[in-house]
Amino acid sequence: MSNRFKSRYDDDINLFEGRWHLAQYAILAALLLAAPWVLGSYYLGELTAVLVWSLAGLGLMLISGHTGQVSLGHAAFMAIGAFTNLALMQRGWHFIPALLASAVTSGVAGAIIARPILRMSGIYLAIATLALSIILEDVAIMAEPVTGGVAGVFAPPIELFGLAVDRYATPRAFYYICLAVLVLVTLGYLNLLRSGSGRSFLAVRDSEVSARALGVNVTRAKTLAFSLSCAITGLAGALYGHLAQAVNYESFLVLISITLLLQVVIGGLGSVHGAFFGAIVVVLLPQVIAIARDYLDNAAGIKIAAYPGMDTALFALLILLMVIYEPRGLYGVWFKVRTWLQLFPLYRKGMFRRTRTYLKTERQR
Amino acid sequence: MDILQLLVSGVANGCIYGLLALGFVLIYKASEAVNFAQGDLMMLGAFLGITFINAEYADLPFLIGITLAALILGLFGYLLDRLVLRAIFGQPQFAMVILTIALGFLLRFAAGVIWGHDPASLQTPFVGRVWEMGELIIPVVDAVIIITTVALTSILYFFFARTRLGVAMQASSQNQMAAYYMGIPVKRINAIVWALSGVVAAIAGVMFAAKGAVEPSVGLLFGIKAFAAAVIGGLGSLPGALLGGLLVGIVEPFAGRYLPSGVGQIAPYVLMLLVLILRPGGLFAQISQKKV
Repeated sequence: MSNRFKSRYDDDINLFEGRWHLAQYAILAALLLAAPWVLGSYYLGELTAVLVWSLAGLGLMLISGHTGQVSLGHAAFMAIGAFTNLALMQRGWHFIPALLASAVTSGVAGAIIARPILRMSGIYLAIATLALSIILEDVAIMAEPVTGGVAGVFAPPIELFGLAVDRYATPRAFYYICLAVLVLVTLGYLNLLRSGSGRSFLAVRDSEVSARALGVNVTRAKTLAFSLSCAITGLAGALYGHLAQAVNYESFLVLISITLLLQVVIGGLGSVHGAFFGAIVVVLLPQVIAIARDYLDNAAGIKIAAYPGMDTALFALLILLMVIYEPRGLYGVWFKVRTWLQLFPLYRKGMFRRTRTYLKTERQR
Repeated sequence: MDILQLLVSGVANGCIYGLLALGFVLIYKASEAVNFAQGDLMMLGAFLGITFINAEYADLPFLIGITLAALILGLFGYLLDRLVLRAIFGQPQFAMVILTIALGFLLRFAAGVIWGHDPASLQTPFVGRVWEMGELIIPVVDAVIIITTVALTSILYFFFARTRLGVAMQASSQNQMAAYYMGIPVKRINAIVWALSGVVAAIAGVMFAAKGAVEPSVGLLFGIKAFAAAVIGGLGSLPGALLGGLLVGIVEPFAGRYLPSGVGQIAPYVLMLLVLILRPGGLFAQISQKKV
């Protein structure tokens, strides 16, 4: 354990708390850069999926985790991003402008929707966004020139710096594209959080009334957060379109919206790490279950009947336990482990004991 | 006549939405929690009804079957609160939302394992029977549904407005701690209301199964639609829930008939968004800005 003494004001908002912290992230970056040469193409594909869902999770984290507005409809904005990107590329756009365009389109769509929708709060907001997601499913079928109707659209190959990038032909290049986008967005996100706007988001989350009293323009903060959140999710949608190679309305069902929220919750609401932890669980849990089933079958001779929807049920069970025992999600678990290590012999059992709370009515906010 | 016929089927459908919305409102009124698994509870109720009433299973008379289903689901609701939901007692609304979404997934999985994924429907004594009034044809099922819903809504309304238990429930939702100070056993009240909403869900489920086919995943979208109905009415108002259910039920067939294809399915949600945008707390709003 090391004590850090702050000697400059910048120490409070630096991205990295000292050399050891920076070194940890350097190691992580090196591992991620080396991964394509270590993993087989199947696992590389799964890792790419983790990156894409982390990006989507980051988008939702901004509005739900850091601004406190629960959205159950973010698959709609993934859909807007994906369809914009693919439709523009089919009309001859280059990949990068099309990617930016998809972020802009979903961001603008989010900003337009934000005004009326963010007047609601709590459960009303959740159900309104859920309704948006359901409505967009049908809109995606009806807007045939852009979305290809029921059949959907296929992703054209990406042309980048004279290289043809394809998810299956050159999985490594596609992985690096996703990694680059994710790293850029994450750095931007961290910078946003330590800026004035980011702090106003946190203030709105913690108490709207006090934020307003402190001079935060609550409507502006919420609209900005929602719009940025939609833009990030739109980016994730565009990358998802290329990852899946073909998307139609079924790729962005309302269940995806719900799963995305559960993903953010299981990772830990209100922490950037949480978006990544959640994506790892969502993408890799089915793999772990499949591997465990094979292992039990071969080694122990236990046959587990393949019930349909088993992985969803296990995921739900995990959520259930998480909400009851660790409301801060996997980030909370990680935080406790880290504290235990840092304080090594001095950790006390009651350190993170939750205080007793009573439900306050949300009919008066 | 055509319009009147659509109206009758719309009202009957709307009553099922209303019944389910009642379950949402009950829990919201008593504990300010929102139960996203209500649609799945209804699905369980429907399957229980089928198990008790249908000839290939228990083959009991209709009324006994529906009573048994309601009792068992009521007990299930009670146990659910005692064993699972009590663990997050006093935590913010959001925790309950996530918990019930997860519960819904689990219930769907369990129902799939127990009853399979094939659509099943209920054999009722009044299947296929109709009343003819001039050119208007009213299926007896629809009449039964409408009568049940209106009766249940009035009973619950008077329960909340007039009885000690009902008033205690409202108190405990508005301020848990103050309710404790007034000597209300808030936890027991929560368990009772979950049992009650289980009973209502079972009745809604049996009515649903009498009218159409049931399969494990039916609860999700139907539940969301009923939730939309409850929100249109303003979550927390029993007559509002019924009105919202009726609106959703009536809008759906009319939009399907007179508007371009695809619009019919999303009409209830568009209606709900419109209501929420114009009146952010629903028709019978109960939200107010806190004065500081």
